Parts: sequence; C-alpha cells; structure tokens
Amino acid sequence: MEQPRILPLVTEDNAYFWTSGQHGELHILRCRSCGHYIHEYSPLCPRCRGREIAPEAVSGRAVVASFTINHQPWLPGMQVPYVYAIVELAEQEGLRLTTNIVNCDPGEVAIGDPVTVAFQHYDDVWLPVFERVGP
Amino acid sequence: MNPGESNAVITGIGQSQVGRRLMRSGLDLTAEAALAAIGHAGLSVEDIDGLSSWPGKLADNPGMSPVSVSEVKEALELRLNWFNAGMETAGQLGGVFNAIMAVATGQARHVLCYRTLIESSIQGMARRGASHGSLDTRLGDHLQYLIPYGPSASNWTGVFAQRYCHDHGLTREQLGQVAVTLRANARKNPVAVYQEPLTLEDYLAARMISTPLCLYDCDVPIDGATAIIVSARDACGGLANPPLTVEAFSGAHRERDSWYQRPDLTTMAAHDAGAALWQRTRLTPADVDIAQVYDGFSIYVPMWLNALQLVAAKDTGAFLAEGGHSLAGRLPINTGGGQLSAGRLHGFGHLHEACVQLWGLGGERQVNTHLEVAAVGVGGGPLGGCMLLSRHN
Repeated sequence: MEQPRILPLVTEDNAYFWTSGQHGELHILRCRSCGHYIHEYSPLCPRCRGREIAPEAVSGRAVVASFTINHQPWLPGMQVPYVYAIVELAEQEGLRLTTNIVNCDPGEVAIGDPVTVAFQHYDDVWLPVFERVGP
Repeated sequence: MNPGESNAVITGIGQSQVGRRLMRSGLDLTAEAALAAIGHAGLSVEDIDGLSSWPGKLADNPGMSPVSVSEVKEALELRLNWFNAGMETAGQLGGVFNAIMAVATGQARHVLCYRTLIESSIQGMARRGASHGSLDTRLGDHLQYLIPYGPSASNWTGVFAQRYCHDHGLTREQLGQVAVTLRANARKNPVAVYQEPLTLEDYLAARMISTPLCLYDCDVPIDGATAIIVSARDACGGLANPPLTVEAFSGAHRERDSWYQRPDLTTMAAHDAGAALWQRTRLTPADVDIAQVYDGFSIYVPMWLNALQLVAAKDTGAFLAEGGHSLAGRLPINTGGGQLSAGRLHGFGHLHEACVQLWGLGGERQVNTHLEVAAVGVGGGPLGGCMLLSRHN
C-alpha cells in the first residue's frame, strides 16, 4: 500500500526536482559558471551570483547525515515506523536533501550509511527516496 | 549593558488563563493578559502607545495565532505611535526585539507585546494531527522539501536530536532529565498544565514519537496569552516595579535558513544569535543566574544551553544528569515547567517566567531573591533569538 503523503505543488521552477525521477534520474540545479550545485531552487547561484544555472543529473549516491525513526501516524492510513532522514549527496560537501530511507528495517539505519536514490511515483510527482547500499 | 537596547526596560507582565480546550476566543484571552500586564506595570491603557506581536494573525492557522494587532488596538481603543507584527524575524521574540528598538529610538514609550495561542481548542475541534497541511493541499517554499517526507516538526527536530546524541554522546537517560526536572518545576507552578509526577522510569517507558524523542520530549499545545510591557527607560519613573534592563538581545542568523542545510546539525540558528549576544554586553555567561530556553522539544534545551555558551556541548550530558538545570542546581532552567509541562505559550512564556523570577514572584518555585541576570533563548531550527535581562540599572 502506498504511503499517504502531502505532496509538493509542481511548478516551472521546481519541476526538474520533482519529476526527473520519471526517467530514473535525480536532477539538481547547477551553476554553469562556477560548478556549484544549488538546492533548493534559486534563480541565481548563491556562491558566484551567476545566472546561468540549469538542472543536471547527479549520481544519486549519498550518505546519511542524520535520521529519525517516526512512530506516530500523523496522517490517516500512514504506515509506521518510517525513517525521515537528511542525506548528503556525493557530488558536493553540504549538498543535502530531506528524504525517507525505504525498503529496509528502520532499526538498521545509521549515520554515515551509504545510500542510493530511488523514486516513488504519486500523481505528477516522483519523490526521491533513498535505499541503503550493501549489507 | 548595550547603549542601544539598554534604553529599553520591561515594566510589567501578564498572563491569561492557560489551559486545555478553554473554548475562549483569542481576543478574550489577549485582553485578559494585556490588562493584567498594564495593571502590573502600574500603567493605564491610555499610556500604551506601541503594540507588537509575533507572528501576526494567521488566518489559515487560527490556533497558532488568532489575534491581529488591529483587533487588539480596536478592542482596547489604543492610540498608537508605533505598531508591528510579522513572522519573518528572529523567532518568536522578534516582536519583543522590535519593541525594544521602538522605545530605544523614541517611536513609542510603552509597547504592549503579546502572543496568543488557542491551539488546544482548535485541535480539539478539528482533530488534526500533522503540523501543516492536509492530504488535499499542495506545498510550496521550504516546506515542500520537508513535509512530503515527514509531516511533523518532531521529524525535523528528531534528526537534530539524533545527530546531537551521536556526536556529543547524550543518552536518553540524560535527555530525560529535561522532562523530569521541568515536570518537577511545573508542580510548583499553580497554572502549569501538567501537575502529575513524572519519573525517569515513566520517561523511559513512554511511547516513542520520532527517535530519540518520546512523548515526554514534546511540548503540549494549550490556549493562553502572554503580555509583556516594554518601556523606554526614561518613561519608567514612578511605575509599580523596579524596571528590568534589556542588557542585550540578538537575532543573528548566519547559516542557511533551513531545517536541514545547516553545516553542523548539532546547532541551530540559536547558536548564531547566542554568539552575537555576548558581543553586545560586558556580562559573561558566568554572570547568568537562570535561563529560560525554548523547549518545544526537549532537545532544544541542551542545544540552547550550548548556543548561549552556558554549558559546553561535551559537558551537557553530565550537567543534566547531575541536575545542574534543576531549581537547586547550578543553573536553573525553565523554572515554571517550560512548554513541556506548563504549556506552549510559544516563547513568550519563557520571557514571562524570566521576569517572574527576577521580580521574585515565583512563589514556591522562586529560585532565590538574589537573582540578577536571566538569559532567555527562544526558537528552534532556523528560528532563534535571545536576550539578557537584569535587575541592574
């Protein structure tokens, strides 16, 4: 059964992030001038203030920066426990997403775990979630 | 004291009835608190020429903020020289900081600051569980990156708590001492919402909400209003109470404005504000007698103690285990029970309690009558603001 979720409103600005999963890729904004990855959406690069920015596919590899195992069903039909996590993408120090760690025993998740992206499709949204890599 | 903000003093405090599902209107509660504070200061309603609140009326979240400054102005027929309310500032105390600047610059003489919540009554009517939104809404802005994955602030805070425990070795037994001690304080506060005894065994046996945060690590929504009178120093002669000096305040925020992008996940906006605070005063952390720090979730207490440089991160577990934060401890905190046990007055309760203690009005929970300096730190995650109050003049 699908986890009930309150979804993002997909717009011209954020569609790169919420829909790139339909092709199995995670897209993150990147500055073409200085190479800096940017998350969340911005019309300019916060490092060099450049305006030539565009989404780019990333590896989907990440490390768990922190996590929490939620036990409270906040929404009707919500399946618990689930793991809410902050992961740091391999491409850049400090480039982080919030996500869920899925398809594992929540009790096995630890800070520092390598994880890789997967997607859950709801309506017009492909939510990036992450799975543990290896044993 | 800082030559800017020390032109501001606190001259009176007031609180409405506080409780669960009171089914009274927000304006009714606000008026009760406001008139109590004005009376406590020895002022009359006609003396109030400034009005300030946080976060301003939230039409789509009436439990969180049901009363606009316009409604208060009209209800009390205030003749104002200055007024303000808005969310985009340094946490819940931002409305007070703005009032401090208003009196320090001569825009107003006596500013009524208030914060009102009727979350308990609204939740009782709607039975809503998630922090924000419902399944038929769609999200924008920063929340779109949080809520699809975790619709509760306990999730957003749980990741800070997990990382804090991981990096600094804080144990559940040590963190549990926050909830246990605050309940003991609440039992000496006649208006605290929770009065039943709470032991560490009770805490450890409680159901988990979002690891490592259990039920007793989460504060309790209530109905209630708090009012604080911020006055110009040169306008406080002949009033009812010795004025409390605003030694310094800070709402500095230097890192990412985000619940997950701050480089060090064991810190919050609080740490920027705390560091900047000490650059605005000759006082030092050693001068602080008591601290009232935000406890929407228990983990914010150790984080604020670190942010205000009152306890080092590596020493925090031992400090809590030894009861350093209890009424009889080295640094009593949240002496009225905090939000965990007295109810979510959303930061204004902390400022109110600091004033209660400095004026020696704490009754059974009064730490002692020789308190000179109180630190107040309010906010969680990307919200944070802090101030130092003293009896020095």
